[in-house]
Amino acid sequence: MYQHDILIIGAGLAGLRAAVEGVRNGLDVAVVSKVHPVRSHSNAAQGGINAPLTDRGDDWEGHAYDTIKGSDFLADQDAVEVMSREAGDAVIELERMGVIFTRDEDGKLGTRAFGGQKVARTFFVGAITGSALLHVLFEQSLKLGLNVYEEWFVTKLIIEDGVCRGVVAYDIKNGELHTIKAKAVIMATGGNGRVFEPSTQALICTGDGLSLAYKAGAPLMDMEMIQYHPTTLARTGILISEAARGEGAYLLNSKGERFMEKYAPDYMELASRDVVSRSEQTEIDEGNGIDGNVMLDLRHLGRDYIEKRLGYLQEVSLEFLGIDMAEELVPIRPGMHYLMGGIKTDLNGLTEIPGLYAAGECANVSVHGANRLGANSLLDTVVFGRRSAEHAVEYIKSIGANSKSENDLKLEQDRLQSILDRPKGENIAKLRDEMATNMTKGIGVWRDQKSIENALENLMSIKNRLPNISVEHKGKFFNTNLIFALELEFMVDNAESIIHGAITRKESRGAHFRTDMPDRDDENWLKHTLVYHDINQENNVRIETAPVTITKWEPIKRVY
Amino acid sequence: MGTNKESLLMNVNLKVKRFDPEDPESQTLWQEYKIDVHQDSTVLDALIHVREHEDTSLALRCACRASICGSCGMKVNGSAKLVCKTRVTEVSPNGEQIVVEPMGNHPVVKDLVVSLDTFFDQIKRVEPYVQPDHVPEKGEYIASNESMENLLTSMNCIMCGCCVSDCTVLEVDDNFIGPAALAKAWRFVEDPRDSKTSDRLKNLNDQDGGIWDCTRCMQCVEVCPKGVDPMDRIMELRESAINSGLTNSFGARHANSVNKSIKHSGRIDEFRLPIESKGYFNIKEILGLLLPGLRMLIKKRSPSPIHHKNPNQSKVKNIFKNFEDNK
Repeated sequence: MYQHDILIIGAGLAGLRAAVEGVRNGLDVAVVSKVHPVRSHSNAAQGGINAPLTDRGDDWEGHAYDTIKGSDFLADQDAVEVMSREAGDAVIELERMGVIFTRDEDGKLGTRAFGGQKVARTFFVGAITGSALLHVLFEQSLKLGLNVYEEWFVTKLIIEDGVCRGVVAYDIKNGELHTIKAKAVIMATGGNGRVFEPSTQALICTGDGLSLAYKAGAPLMDMEMIQYHPTTLARTGILISEAARGEGAYLLNSKGERFMEKYAPDYMELASRDVVSRSEQTEIDEGNGIDGNVMLDLRHLGRDYIEKRLGYLQEVSLEFLGIDMAEELVPIRPGMHYLMGGIKTDLNGLTEIPGLYAAGECANVSVHGANRLGANSLLDTVVFGRRSAEHAVEYIKSIGANSKSENDLKLEQDRLQSILDRPKGENIAKLRDEMATNMTKGIGVWRDQKSIENALENLMSIKNRLPNISVEHKGKFFNTNLIFALELEFMVDNAESIIHGAITRKESRGAHFRTDMPDRDDENWLKHTLVYHDINQENNVRIETAPVTITKWEPIKRVY
Repeated sequence: MGTNKESLLMNVNLKVKRFDPEDPESQTLWQEYKIDVHQDSTVLDALIHVREHEDTSLALRCACRASICGSCGMKVNGSAKLVCKTRVTEVSPNGEQIVVEPMGNHPVVKDLVVSLDTFFDQIKRVEPYVQPDHVPEKGEYIASNESMENLLTSMNCIMCGCCVSDCTVLEVDDNFIGPAALAKAWRFVEDPRDSKTSDRLKNLNDQDGGIWDCTRCMQCVEVCPKGVDPMDRIMELRESAINSGLTNSFGARHANSVNKSIKHSGRIDEFRLPIESKGYFNIKEILGLLLPGLRMLIKKRSPSPIHHKNPNQSKVKNIFKNFEDNK
């Protein structure tokens, strides 16, 4: 059995930022991650990180309002206020840690424009901002000698007397199962993109933490809010950053028209992501696409500029599609990208389970509401990663020593063994693909009662088949076959909560656009949907709602 | 589109090196897979297809599929690559068999999965974090954009381990810090915010396995999937070390001796070079040269103690002059 003061699950930006905070406070902190920290999906954030820096004439209220409007007024305004007020310090701190942000002529941090905001307040490193931030936080973790359980997969949260006290984790490298006890646990496991196919997210984004917390009793909030990014590369689904449009790229239909004129005359290509994705899908549906795509035009930016400011995008476009952005149009389409929903937390990252915190994409504070602004996700990770640890530092002062119980370990050993002992059954990948295509079909850019109900019906049959999947490979070392089986179980929980959120919300708001109910309904639905795992209910699911916190910005009609 | 699904498929013939630590005999096992994949597929797509549908015991790492996470470094047809950005048609234009094996210079854990523990130990050796001597009173450190853009070369490193895999020095000298860690070290030496530049250079210059152990074979530049070009960074570190006055190492003396003799006579003085590289007062090491020197003399392979000038020496001098004028 291992023991720590604070255990963090996930080693992306939220997890590492939380860890740095804990270690700085002199605590015994450990991170457990199913991949090495620098493989985490924070890497894939490209465009930048938002911050209203007051010393260059910006103010937190401007950023907060853009974020709230972007969220279609579903974000909790007190949470957004915290994020916007703390953003400046967070970015400066990252710079001081060593991030090589692009500079202005006066040597200060430079910015680029991003969607849903008229003020250019996105700080960036080329088109590799997430990677640059992650590697710098990793450098800090090396400096601090952070303890990392690398390639350990958490299978269960340990809850004792209603309080989270650690995890059971499987060492992928040698197949051994261990108990790691802690006085506080911070969930920072990122998104659940693989629940959909296609998705911009990495193959590791299987919503593990969401399912672990959900199964332990924490509610998942606004899970129907799935962001479709407007520019994912044709066929491969690889992300092309909003930075392209931030730097001035156009969106064109098959007639060569900048079609955003019709949908968002004021913001054009830099409207909110949900708005741009719907506009693209409308063009494609109306026959103005090319092979199911519209075109991204960067040619007027010039080769030098593209290579300097968007180098990674050029690399991806050339290598995956053989298209030279400086000379050719890039075929793109909307693609599943981000989960606005997540484990419900308060402003300090605390979930409804004492001792369990959540931060980053797996959490829902809620600062993104029904649609996240580009470059707010990196901000979310560092601000709420830090705040979670800061609060946990205080919380654990009143928490007694960890118990010696290893009950959960034994239960998990038996459960894993029973999965390995199953006779040959269904292929994991086939069932996963079936689930993921079903989700994209039912919970897409557009959705309606029928598509959501179909998705639920299919998912229930997939869930029934889940006990039939078999792990053919029985080896102890690096048995990814077993990991995929466990991940699929997590993903099905995620899918279920997404569908229940979607079926509950009887309106259109932000990313949740129902063609059968195309209007926003503030009277009835200016509230959060909550999905609980509850074994006393039909299908083990209980639905509740919670009010949205409105402080100073009354919801108005959202126009770009 | 007029094409049907069938015609977009192509046959891939993979030969994969297997290793299962539970079965020591498997060390030499190769397995072949013949599968159909989409014609635009990457080698990673093909391997995933095998792992999911042909042989679920095959172990490999992968995550982002977009060449940014650095998980999927492997040897393809003998040289290290990120398989997510390696298209099948690129390494097998006419349907040739594709040979996939784990990266070199890293111990194998299982199949295509290697341990990167040593790799990250090497990274730790260069104190991989900025160490400024002051904190700005307010806001960020002020630095020119050029100085930051310069660092992008190294920040593009995703720590995939490809350069280390194919490093010819690490094959024989596991004390070498290695190309990735040195490229990382370069990033801090060049960072205007860092205050430890001279300590860093001294450390990299003086230690065994430091900047002078690179043989400039270019393999790391050849295989780096992110344009970090570690060898170029190492050469820049050498230059910075010499410019900062660190001229008393074997490597620096060697470089100076070559430079001096070519400038002087238009060719390398092979008799003096080993002596000057060791250092005139390094009696012990110079005595160590005696025996091989004598052997070479007997076999008539010894360089002449009398150094002859290159007949075109004046032209060589002009090259030096041009270079120095244009510097």
